Amino acid sequence: MTGRLIPHAVLVLAILLFALPIWIAVAGSTQDSAVIARGEISLIPRLSGLGVYRDVLLHGSAGAGPVWHALMVSAGMALAIAFGKIALSLPSAYAVTFFRFPFRMTAFWLIFLTLMLPVEVRLIPTFQVMSSLDLINSFTGLTIPLIASATATLLFRQTFLTLPDELVEAARMDGAGPLRFLRDIVIPVSGANIAALFVILFVYGWNQYLWPLLVATDPKYDTVVIGIVKMIGVDTATEWNKVMATAVLALIPPVAVVFLMQHWFVKGLTEGDK
Amino acid sequence: MAGLRLEGLHKSFGAIEILKGVDLALADGEMLVIVGASGCGKSTLLRLVAGLETPTAGRILIDGRDVTGLDPSARDIAMVFQNYALYPHMSVFDNMAYGLKIRGLPRAAIRAKVDEASALLGLEALLERKPRQLSGGQRQRVAMGRAIVRDPKLFLFDEPLSNLDAKLRVQMRGEIRRLQRRLKVTSLYVTHDQVEAMTLGDRLLVMHQGVPVQLATPTEVFEYPADTYVAGFIGSPAMNLLPGVLGRNGTAVTVAGTEIALAPSRFAAPDGHAVILGIRPEHVVLDPSGMSWPVEIVELLGSEMLVHARRGGEASLTIKIVHGPAMSDVIRVSFPSEHVHLFDQATGLRLTPAGSGVPPS
Ligand SMILES: Nc1ncnc2c1ncn2[C@@H]1O[C@H](COP(=O)(O)OP(=O)(O)O)[C@@H](O)[C@H]1O
Ligand SMILES: [Mg+2]
Repeated sequence: MTGRLIPHAVLVLAILLFALPIWIAVAGSTQDSAVIARGEISLIPRLSGLGVYRDVLLHGSAGAGPVWHALMVSAGMALAIAFGKIALSLPSAYAVTFFRFPFRMTAFWLIFLTLMLPVEVRLIPTFQVMSSLDLINSFTGLTIPLIASATATLLFRQTFLTLPDELVEAARMDGAGPLRFLRDIVIPVSGANIAALFVILFVYGWNQYLWPLLVATDPKYDTVVIGIVKMIGVDTATEWNKVMATAVLALIPPVAVVFLMQHWFVKGLTEGDK
Repeated sequence: MAGLRLEGLHKSFGAIEILKGVDLALADGEMLVIVGASGCGKSTLLRLVAGLETPTAGRILIDGRDVTGLDPSARDIAMVFQNYALYPHMSVFDNMAYGLKIRGLPRAAIRAKVDEASALLGLEALLERKPRQLSGGQRQRVAMGRAIVRDPKLFLFDEPLSNLDAKLRVQMRGEIRRLQRRLKVTSLYVTHDQVEAMTLGDRLLVMHQGVPVQLATPTEVFEYPADTYVAGFIGSPAMNLLPGVLGRNGTAVTVAGTEIALAPSRFAAPDGHAVILGIRPEHVVLDPSGMSWPVEIVELLGSEMLVHARRGGEASLTIKIVHGPAMSDVIRVSFPSEHVHLFDQATGLRLTPAGSGVPPS
């Protein structure tokens, strides 16, 4: 029995460590802003304060627009990034894994190199490119630079490499051309990996801060993450309960995505192939 | 109608020559087994025929048509892979139907063909299952089903039974044989297992390091091995190969200091010629007046026993006897001359007139 006690204690501790801040946000969102500012947050939510959610969703707060709009922008951006990256990296990984063409490895290493250059590193040149393409303050400008990256290509390549050669050959004998093989065999077989990657990319896109801050100055393109920051005013008194409510709302979609795709997610990360 | 013809097939990977010239002709409906040790190039040969690799030189003809440059799908060949290579996400039905779907067969025709093949293989109850829900033997059957439904000109098998346990292997071996006989599809079957080769093939092609060493029926290969490699490879336990010297006008061989008399005029080589005497363990007979061999180990195999003996350091002998007498330290044996094979020590080639056997190609 004692053998189980210690692992459980560690687990409980870890759960508390992660859950407590979230709980504080949930409880805090229902309390009075002034109370929170004094650092006197009660851990018991006040049911009468739940109206704040309706409030931020529909009206936002001083300095930031309604949260429902920011949530839509965030969702749009995260989905575009997740789908865009998958759509881009699936064929490129397919090409470098299954085809022999001149400079194949050069292409692969060039893609690999972009791993070292995330948007944060190439912020200024990327901004210049977007600016000269007149894509500042547009949804395209918000998403495209975040779509172009190597992570997904590399992950897909690793997945594809685990497909046995004989499977490729069996499909060739069956008469499947490259596109058919991709559609009928490769994509279904890597389904779990694609789903896992989708979850990771969605969360990645959802949490973007620096690039949206820079490229979209129009409040129309404020994501929920930006919205939270804008709520924390410097000059005006910050409505902390609204900040916390927005933070809780911002948390829900990524959690929902992870939760909904949990089955696939775990499968994709743990199962090598098949 | 012709089946398959290979003309001077060579294959090199980089500087390494894997296949060093293979010529072969399969009659329509024939099952030819390619047998050889691991790494001798059997799979490479099969993959050339399938079109999965391109030969460095040579031609491949199916039904008289040169297919050397054609894509695998254009050759009308079906292949059964060692690891089955079933599509893991497709049901048994879809696995078998996939090739037909690509060919654009109507749904009803596909259904009919898959049903027919699955009845033949006893897979009717498993059609909705995924490969991972099947046992090894069942997967093997699905892989065969996938080949059969296509109704191809040629079947290729690459060690299809090597992932099965011993009992299942024997059973599937029989099934493959029956199916092939029944469907009469020209087949090329690759294995490193000589028992599989002997039982399955109409003819055998024994390969050694990328070179075909003997092409003949299983019986001929067993009774008239073309050289010492084939002699040692085919048959279990392996044939005894004893170095010796020919004498007395070709009617005797001196092995480890003892002269062994042979039936006259069977071996055409000058006296004093260095030879290798071959005799299978089951053909050695106990003989109180025979050559004496100090016993090393005795292995019991149920009803039979294997006696390993050694004489003068390098000459070792294995004897298979049915019911041995109490084993002493020394056994006396003789080699009935109708079972003695002689090989040239320098070249390893057979010296015995090959009888009905086919000389090495
Ligand atoms: N694609 C390849 N590239 C380089 N060498 C290869 C390739 N395929 C096979 N070989 C080599 O060719 C030899 C014969 O291989 P294989 O035909 O698979 O032998 P077997 O099937 O008889 O065991 C092996 O030494 C193997 O390493
Ligand atoms: Mg092989």
